[in-house]
Formats: sequence, structure tokens, C-alpha cells
Amino acid sequence: MSLLDRARAGDRRAVSRLLTLLDAAGPGGHPAVAEALRRRDRALVVGLTGPPGVGKSTLTSALIAEFRRRDRRVAVLCVDPSSPLTGGALLGDRIRMQRHVGDGGVFVRSMASRGHLGGLSAGTPAAVRVMEAAGFDVVLVETVGVGQSEVEIAALADTTAVVLAPGTGDAVQIAKAGVLEIGDVYVVNKADRPGAARIVRDLNAMTALNTASARPPVITTVATEDEGTAALVDELVARGIRRDGPTAVADVEYVEDEAALLALYGDAAAPAAHNGHSGLDARARDWLAAAALCLLATADAAGRCAVSPRGAARVLDDRTLVLPDGPGGRLDAHRDVLANPRVGLLFLVPGRRDALRVGGRARIVARAPYLAGLGADGEPAPSAIQVAVDEVVLYERWLPDAF
Amino acid sequence: MRRVRVVIAKPGLDGHDRGAKVVARALRDAGLEVIYTGLHQTPEQIVETAIQEGADAIGLSLLSGAHMTLVPRVLDLLAAADAADVAVFCGGIIPPDDIDALTGLGIVRIFTPSSSVEEIIAWARAELRPLEVAE
Ligand SMILES: Nc1nc2c(ncn2[C@@H]2O[C@H](COP(=O)(O)OP(=O)(O)O)[C@@H](O)[C@H]2O)c(=O)[nH]1
Ligand SMILES: [Mg+2]
Repeated sequence: MSLLDRARAGDRRAVSRLLTLLDAAGPGGHPAVAEALRRRDRALVVGLTGPPGVGKSTLTSALIAEFRRRDRRVAVLCVDPSSPLTGGALLGDRIRMQRHVGDGGVFVRSMASRGHLGGLSAGTPAAVRVMEAAGFDVVLVETVGVGQSEVEIAALADTTAVVLAPGTGDAVQIAKAGVLEIGDVYVVNKADRPGAARIVRDLNAMTALNTASARPPVITTVATEDEGTAALVDELVARGIRRDGPTAVADVEYVEDEAALLALYGDAAAPAAHNGHSGLDARARDWLAAAALCLLATADAAGRCAVSPRGAARVLDDRTLVLPDGPGGRLDAHRDVLANPRVGLLFLVPGRRDALRVGGRARIVARAPYLAGLGADGEPAPSAIQVAVDEVVLYERWLPDAF
Repeated sequence: MRRVRVVIAKPGLDGHDRGAKVVARALRDAGLEVIYTGLHQTPEQIVETAIQEGADAIGLSLLSGAHMTLVPRVLDLLAAADAADVAVFCGGIIPPDDIDALTGLGIVRIFTPSSSVEEIIAWARAELRPLEVAE
């Protein structure tokens, strides 16, 4: 019997070995793991996230008990941060779950985040897939969540439960940290403690503002007493398995550095970035004279990018060009340029398969002789974006024929 | 290479896990991934935990005086689970005669209350390695 067959038959050592092989060699590193990841089994995947100490692990244990009452096989992945100094980790979530350790229908695995941003560890999505392939009906994923970084759990889980409790920061503070944006369900745990009712009230007030999507329910629990957990499980089951395919993000392996990138493409592809000509030579100027469309890429101070369409550029000299305003009248690009002068431009000519890329630094010009003829219908323009050119790159035969 | 994973467990009935927590933190500082299981663990729970967690080593904190029954039981259960390659080390108040007996059974290292945290870290760094994963 293969390792995966044994795992599917309920051999917990086989499940554990699949997870360890995944850890040691990555998603594609071992045939048994690759086989598991190719399967299309689906489990109900539930993310539990929230600040430290609210009772996520205790609640996870109570949920295990409730799902077991309903005869479901339950896998749990508990993700805790690694120490940034030593890379070691102290994983203590399962202390709260040890009552289930002799139950053959329960499997708990602790994972260290290994410095991976986003609340999960890089291996968590694939570990969820392994658990699904091993035949578990439910996969619970516990992660510490105190900020916006927890969107990854929302992408992985069918339902993400944000867990709060009295005494760990009020709901308004937590809303500011962004955790509230990812919750499909809110759990107010430690409902036996004073302050729980206030959190429920605050949460209801906040979710009432949420007009874009269905209002997330707020469920109160006392995890230490198994109170409210049946109602929570009812809600999770009713919401069901929502993802179209088996945990789509699980099959993904990311490139994290340039060495990994070159391993995929080879050195030949390497020198493309930021090494073009540094000025507008005759060829580039001819090209720009023909270009009718320019796409202007800008970024704000935080690095959030946007692209906006412009018309033809005017070349001032071999290091400077000017972009007139478009007819749209939006000032997004202008605002970005004020915060961050770096811009990228892509010039296109309909019917031609090449494209010209220009990188540089932009300023907004309020008064200059050339503004006189730049406005609509030959009127003077209120301003223009002037670009000091740092690099010029021609992409030859790059666009599809039909363009 | 993946990181060493170690389960720290506190078998027996006494309610002191201060020492176990100190060791758990020391091993984390040595760069290991430490799974801490809390108080009052039975040998069955400890071995099952080590299997689920894919542990390369188990550290047992023993203060109750029951080490001569608990430790052999853990080793037997590991062998029965086809996991005899998991390194088992102990810490606690263990008389010299028992240290010899436990070493004879296959315990890889025994720390006493006089062992320093630095000593434990140095040992873990030098001696503990990720196990080969059997098919
Ligand atoms: N009073 C009360 N304490 C709870 C409840 N749930 C958990 N706790 C306690 O809160 C502490 C932290 O729980 P834990 O599950 O480890 O929290 P986590 O850090 O969010 O995983 C523990 O001491 C639990 O016993 C509850 O519903 N009521
Ligand atoms: Mg926890």
C-alpha cells in the first residue's frame, strides 16, 4: 500500500510522514506528497484567527468535540510564529487539545510560521490539501491574527472565524487593525466574562455598516465549557464548502528570490531590468512621434501602484518628455507623483508589435512655455507631467499580431 | 534541511512544569521547533503526540519519582509504533543508578537540576538532527 493509501485508511503515522515529507522537500519534492496534492478531495476548511489569548486553541478543542459528536474526522493545523532571532519556535496550542489525543478520528499538527508573512506558514495551504487527501472531513486552521496580514487564511478557508474576547483589546481597536475585514463569522469567546456583551454590541454596530456583502453573524461562546460551540458548528456547516476547487492556493509554489527566478528562466533572461539606454535616441524619438497611446504607471508613498492611460507624449530633449493631461480629468496619477516621483511608461502604436518602455522621475509642471498649446483644443493646459528619462527599453515583436 | 522538531512532555501526576517550560524555551532559542504538551501526559498521549507532530526527539520532564516505570513505557510504545528512531532525553531529579539504567535502555541524554540552560542548548545544537522519513 502506498503512503497515501495508508493515510487514507486511517494510519496516522502515514499522515504524519506525508506532512514531514512536505516540510522537508516542498509540494513537488516527493511523489507521495505530489500524489496527495493532485487528488481533488474536499474538506470543510475553517480558519480561526484573532489576537493571542482570546481562546482560539480552547475553542478549536471544543469544535473538535462537537464535530466528533457529529461523526466527522477532524484535522487541525495550529500555526504559531517562529522566533525571528533563532528561527526556533515554541508551539503550545495543542496543550488545550490534548483531551483528543487518543481519538483516532482527530489529528493535530503544529506548524511554525518560519517568518512567512501573512499569518500562515508557507507550507500551510499544501498541508491543508494533504489533510483533505488523507480523508479528513473537517480541517481547522488556527492562526494568530492581529493585523491585516491575515488575509491569507481568508483565501484558504471556506469560512474564516475571527475570535475576540473581553480583555484583549476592544472591538474598535481590533477593527483598526483590519482583522474585522476578513471575518465571515465573528466569535465572542469568554462570554462568561464581563465585557463580552459590549464587544457583541460594538461588532453588531460595525457589521451593520457592511453593506457590500451579507452581514456576518456574531456568535458567543464559552469555549472552556463547550457552550455555544454547537451553534457555531451549525453555522460553519450551513456555510459549507464554498471554494470551487480543492484549496486552489495549495498547489502554488512561490518564487521568493532572484536565484529561484533564474532557476526557472536561465541567465539569458536576467539583464532585462533597468539597463536600457539612458536617453531618447533618434530611433526612440521616431517611435514616440508615432505612438498614440501611453500607459503611465505610478505608485503612492506606500508603493500601491496604479496605471492610467495618456495620449501622445511630447519630447523636449533627449532626456525629457512631457505628458499632457488626458480628457478624463482624474488626478490619481498627479497625486501619486506628488508622493512618489518614480514612474514607468509604456508607449503603444496600434498595428505594431513592438512597444517602448520608459522609466524615469516625474514632476508636475504648473508654468512652462510648452503648456501653451497642450490643453484641449489648443488651449493652455493647467499643468503637465514632465518626466526625466532614466531608461528606455524597446520590446521587439512583443505584442500579439492582432494588436 | 528542515528544522528539528521536539516534543516536550511532562508525564506523571505532579503539577510543576516550570523546569519543562525553561527547557522548552531554551530549545526554541537553540533554533528548534518545540511542541509543548502541558502537564499530566500519559506515555500513550506522549507517543501519539510525537507521531502526529512528526517529532525527531522527545524530552521528558520527570519530577514525580515514577521515571523507572514511565520512561521504559514511552520507549516501548515508540518501538511498537515503529518510531524507535525518535531520540528520547530526560530532565529532572533522577538518582545516579537510575541514570545508568535509563541510559542502558536507550535514553540519549539525561539532564539534572544542576544542568545549565547553555549546556542544554549546546547539546541540542550538536546532537539533534532531523530524522530520515520512512515511506
Ligand atoms: N473564562 C474563560 N476563559 C477561557 C475561555 N476560553 C479560553 N479561556 C482561557 O483563555 C486562556 C487562553 O486560551 P487559549 O485557547 O490558549 O487562547 P489562544 O491564544 O487564543 O489560542 C486559557 O487560560 C483558557 O483556559 C472561556 O470561554 N472563558
Ligand atoms: Mg492558541
